[in-house]
Amino acid sequence: MCLAVPGEVIELADRHGLRYARVSFGGVVREVCLEYQPEARVGDFVLVHVGFAIATVDREEAERTFALLAELGADELADDTEEAPS
Amino acid sequence: MRYVDEFRDPARCAALVAEITKVVTRPWVIMEICGGQTHAILRYGLDRMLPAQIELVHGPGCPVCVTALETIDRAHAIATRPDVIFASFGDMLRVPGSRGDLLGLRARGADVRVVYSPLDALALARANPSRRVVFFGIGFETTAPANAMTLIQARREGLANFAMLVSHVLTPPAIASILQAPGNRVQAFLGPGHVCTITGARAYEALVARYRAPIAIAGFEPVDLLAGVLAVVRQLEAGVACVENTYARTVPRDGNPAARAALAEVFDVVDRPWRGIGTIPKSGYRISEAYRAYDAEHVFEVDAIATPEPTACISGQVLRGLKKPCECPAFGRACTPQTPLGATMVSSEGACAAYFAYGRRNLHPGDAA
Repeated sequence: MCLAVPGEVIELADRHGLRYARVSFGGVVREVCLEYQPEARVGDFVLVHVGFAIATVDREEAERTFALLAELGADELADDTEEAPS
Repeated sequence: MRYVDEFRDPARCAALVAEITKVVTRPWVIMEICGGQTHAILRYGLDRMLPAQIELVHGPGCPVCVTALETIDRAHAIATRPDVIFASFGDMLRVPGSRGDLLGLRARGADVRVVYSPLDALALARANPSRRVVFFGIGFETTAPANAMTLIQARREGLANFAMLVSHVLTPPAIASILQAPGNRVQAFLGPGHVCTITGARAYEALVARYRAPIAIAGFEPVDLLAGVLAVVRQLEAGVACVENTYARTVPRDGNPAARAALAEVFDVVDRPWRGIGTIPKSGYRISEAYRAYDAEHVFEVDAIATPEPTACISGQVLRGLKKPCECPAFGRACTPQTPLGATMVSSEGACAAYFAYGRRNLHPGDAA
């Protein structure tokens, strides 16, 4: 029910006086209400729930998570997985 | 898909599981609050990757599961009217009320439609000016702003043929009720990440201060969920309790102020009955006086309908983390997704449906069926 999916804003629009955007989810494009993310711009990734953008993905925070995971050895494990004989 | 695939990466999951295994020294019971998280945990088998000391129990965060029987009966009373187009999220159509489900009502000729967004229901009202369109507004803090904006827009456009049957519920009072209940086993929580995009992490600070139970705001992908588990296990092992945001790429500290302003304009906080749990004080929303013309309970005078809950199903104990679905004698036998006895088996996010779908028929892997 609280399912929300990140998609890329590809065009800003207006529908019935509401802020809207066309958002691409891996190539599938839907119209999304932008009233709760009025600052989102083309190229931003927004989190979409029941037709509304409810958050904008913070790239720096995502990178910070990856850096923390690298500290835990995730990158070495990934190398091991790639090099392991099948 | 970007910001999805990276958070399903097996090496990142393995690194987190290794770290959790290194940190844990004692048994801990952790509850994930949201049904979407339950579903992901079982789908990816995270419960079976974690060290044996960590037990995950499943929380009440399934709006379809906790919507009171009387609300479903009110929906029926409205949807039966010949002048009404009744619009709902698909999950609600199969939930049994005391006189069957909405899908059965549609088979008998009622105009019941599935929509993806409340704004789709508003479009139905624009396109059908001679009919009355009623949207079934259920959900947690994540969904309530969408319904609030839809009501604001209905009023702006003067769409007098649109109304909403609202049964919104709020997560912090439910967590408090779980922690206060006799026999509670839950020691820490994975917080519902998408609820927190609206409320911000601070909505949980008072709870943690009062009950000293750690909460990690967590996302819905395997890496997010394991990062949440690691955060609360570290806190539990260190004997500290705070709200930690492990889903910071989408949860800002203050949540979404524009959404909260719309909630404050359209809704009032009220006591709400939760199916299988009972009434929890100040745990839901109703439509405020200013928007009363759009409140279906008022417009169709169905607010007097009250239905007692049947006692056959143990979903109330499942929703509070006291029992696992497979501990129910009816699970997988009398109660299946095709013949559900309770809402936790109906909703795709219900714990019973997730246990059934991903083959968790026994408490311990390897037990005979």
